Amino acid sequence: MVATEFTPVAALSGGVLIGASAVALMAATGRIAGISGIAARLLPPYDDDGFAGRLAFVLGVVVAPLIVALVTGSMPVPRIEATTPVLALAGLLVGFGAVWGNGCTSGHGVCGLSRLSMRSLVATAVFMATAIATVFLTRHVL
Amino acid sequence: MIVLLQFAIGLVFGLGLVVAGMSDPAKVLNFLDIAAIGSGGWDASLAFVMAGAIAVTFIGFRLVLRRDQPIFGERFHLPTARDLDSRIVAGPAIFGVGWGLAGFCPGPALTATLTGGAPAWLFLAAMFAGMAGARVLAARQVAPAAVRPPI
Repeated sequence: MVATEFTPVAALSGGVLIGASAVALMAATGRIAGISGIAARLLPPYDDDGFAGRLAFVLGVVVAPLIVALVTGSMPVPRIEATTPVLALAGLLVGFGAVWGNGCTSGHGVCGLSRLSMRSLVATAVFMATAIATVFLTRHVL
Repeated sequence: MIVLLQFAIGLVFGLGLVVAGMSDPAKVLNFLDIAAIGSGGWDASLAFVMAGAIAVTFIGFRLVLRRDQPIFGERFHLPTARDLDSRIVAGPAIFGVGWGLAGFCPGPALTATLTGGAPAWLFLAAMFAGMAGARVLAARQVAPAAVRPPI
């Protein structure tokens, strides 16, 4: 495992930006800023005419690290520890589970919880529990 | 115009993920590793991401939803489902296992597109495959047998 610093101020600031983005999307388009829902609907079948807007949103997320690199002078590189087969399995589970449960960390964990949705509360409690259990098993048991 | 605005809103979301450190799977896994609290290896940062985001959306959504309609739309599209069915447990349970295995959820997987190299692309490809699979399966479940497309 890679050691990381406790960075509460940066985390809180980033969280505020995420929240501001979700509020802006709701104000502009009337939609929940759920990344998995937006990303999954880039795939057919298309049930509305929102494709271009979703693609634009996703491209905005994708280029964000470049803006950070321009401002700070260093590229924020994700430190990926998982091996190739684990990454493939994890991707399948994340994609399938997010669509099957109608949301992920953003849709349920941020937007849903702030709307006091019982479904999102259940979803968030469940994915936090299984994620924590998975890390416990892979780091401390297996 | 509206498409450009959505690009900007997505950009702010992505900036939030990167600034928060959530775009880094190492940080995510150390946050989920609560057994490391005793040894000092636990990184509590990401709890602050959620706190910051929810503080803004909790107030912001209430202000926005006082309007009759969104600025560029006819109505607000809020989730209407209320029932706690099996999918609202099974989906997040599966999602959480994947999140705990690699430290990527969908947003950080997207911010890693240009910065994470081949491992990030592999995760993204698998994620979209999983999404496609779930959509196909969900459509089969909802559609009556008579109108099911042939396999």
